[in-house]
Amino acid sequence: MTDVAASSMAPRLLAGTATGQRLDFSQHVAVHGPLALPNRKGTPQFREQILNEIDASGLTGRGGGGFPTGTKLRAYIQGHRRHAMVINVMEGEPAAQKDSVLACYAPHLILDGAEILATIVHAPSITVAVARDNPAAFESLSAAIAERQARGKRPFDIKVVAPPSRYVASEESALSHWLDGGMSLPTFRESKPARLPVRGRGAIVDNAETSAAVALIARHGGTWFASGGINGAAGTTLITIAGAVADPGVFEVPLGTPVRDVLALAKPIAAPTALLLGGYGGTFVGPEALDRPYSRDGLVDIGGNLGAGVIIVFNSSNCIVAEAARIARWMANESAGQCGPCVFGLPAMAAELGKLAAGSKDPALERSLTNHFEVINGRGACAHPDGVVRMARTALAVAGDDVASHLQGRPCAASRNDTILNLPYNEGEIEWK
Amino acid sequence: MEMRLRVDPVACDGFGHCAELAPEFIALDEWGYPILSPAPIPKQYQKIAEMAVNQCPRRALLFERLETAIRHKPIRKRV
Repeated sequence: MTDVAASSMAPRLLAGTATGQRLDFSQHVAVHGPLALPNRKGTPQFREQILNEIDASGLTGRGGGGFPTGTKLRAYIQGHRRHAMVINVMEGEPAAQKDSVLACYAPHLILDGAEILATIVHAPSITVAVARDNPAAFESLSAAIAERQARGKRPFDIKVVAPPSRYVASEESALSHWLDGGMSLPTFRESKPARLPVRGRGAIVDNAETSAAVALIARHGGTWFASGGINGAAGTTLITIAGAVADPGVFEVPLGTPVRDVLALAKPIAAPTALLLGGYGGTFVGPEALDRPYSRDGLVDIGGNLGAGVIIVFNSSNCIVAEAARIARWMANESAGQCGPCVFGLPAMAAELGKLAAGSKDPALERSLTNHFEVINGRGACAHPDGVVRMARTALAVAGDDVASHLQGRPCAASRNDTILNLPYNEGEIEWK
Repeated sequence: MEMRLRVDPVACDGFGHCAELAPEFIALDEWGYPILSPAPIPKQYQKIAEMAVNQCPRRALLFERLETAIRHKPIRKRV
C-alpha cells in the first residue's frame, strides 16, 4: 500500500489519515462528525435536499466517466422502479490506488456516502465491490461494516463482494453482470444510459470516491464541497501519481491545481517530458500540460482527461513508444475476448507498436498503425479498445520526433531501459467468474 | 423514419454474410467483422438491409432508429 501524503491544503476526503492509521467508526465520527439520516426510506424532502446539495457541489463521477453525479442520480431515480445500490471499489486500473487508499484508511466515509445514496434512490441494500486481488481493502470494508453493525440500532444491509480482478471487470455493465450471477464481462447495450439488471432490480453503480464525496456533501453542503477546488473547478479530488517520481502515492488536491504543483507532491525525478493522464486507457500529454489546471476544463483542449485520477510521469530516460507498446500489449491481454475488433485488433496494434519500439524500417508500419487506430476505435461493446487506441495515438503524437527515428530503424537509447510501469503479469488463462 | 444499422459486437462472430449481401454499405475489416456506415440507409437499399438483418446467423445486426429533430415553424410575433 502506498503512503497517504499530506498536501498543502487541509485534507477533506483523507482528513485524519495523515498518521497512516485506519479510521475506525468512533475515530471517523470524531473526525467528520455524526451523519444524520432520516428513516431508511428517506423522506421526499431529504431526497430533494441532498440532490440539490449534490447539484450545487458540482460533483462529477470519480470513476473515470466524469458525469455530473446529481444529474445521473435524478435520471436513475426517474428511470427505474426497483433499485439496487452498487459501490465500485474495483479499481481495475493497475496504476490507480485512490479507491484502495480510501477503503483502507477511511472506509466509513465510503459507507456513509453509500447509505445516503441508497436512501435517496430507495435501494434496500448496498453492495460494495472490491477486486479479488485487493484483500486489504476487502478486510477494511468488511471490518467497517461489522463496526457499524455493532453500534447501529438498525444497521443498513451492506455486503462486500469480490469479483475477478480484471481490467474490464470494473466496467459497470461487467460488474452488474457478475452481480447478477454472470461472468464479469461487459455487455452490449443498445443505448446508454442503459438498465443494469441485478436480480430483478436496476442497479446504479457509483465509484468509491464519489460516494465518499457525497458523505462530505451531506455533512457540510454543496457550496462547501465546491469551495475545495480552485481555478474554476469544484471540490477536491484524489489522484494517484506514479512513474518517474521519487515519492509515488495517493494525494488529495483541490481540483484546478496547476499540474506542475500536483506533480511536485510526488517529487518527479527529472523534468517530465510526458504524462499519461487518466490511466492505461488515458491520454498522453506533453510538458505543455504542466502549466494547466488539473481539471476537466483545464485539460480538455489538449485532449487530457482526468479518467480515474491517475498521472504517470515520464522523463527523458523513458521511451514513450516502448512504454506505449508495453501498455498496449498488457491491455490486449485484458480484453474480455468478446468483440472481434478488440480480440484481433488490440494484439495486432500491440505487435506493431512493439516493432516500432524496437526500431523497424518497415515503410508500411506507420500507415498500418494509423489504419488500425481508425478501424478499432468505437467498435467494441465497452470502451476498452477505444482507451487503448487513445493511449497509443496520443503516445505517438507526444513522442513526435522520436517516432521518426524509430521508423528509420534507429530506436532511442531510452527504449532499452526497463519499464517504469506497474503491469502485473496477465498472460494466459483468465478467470471471469 | 430514418434507420441505420448497428452491430452487437459481442454477438457478432464475423460470418460476413451481411457484407456479402450488402457490399454497397457494409464493409469488412481485415478480421472479417463488419464496419457499418453511421449514415441512414438510403431508400433503395432498405430491402437489402432488411435481408442482411434477417439473415445474420448470430442475430447480431440490428436496425437503429434515427431520431429526426423536431422542427417548428418560426412563430410570428407582433412587436
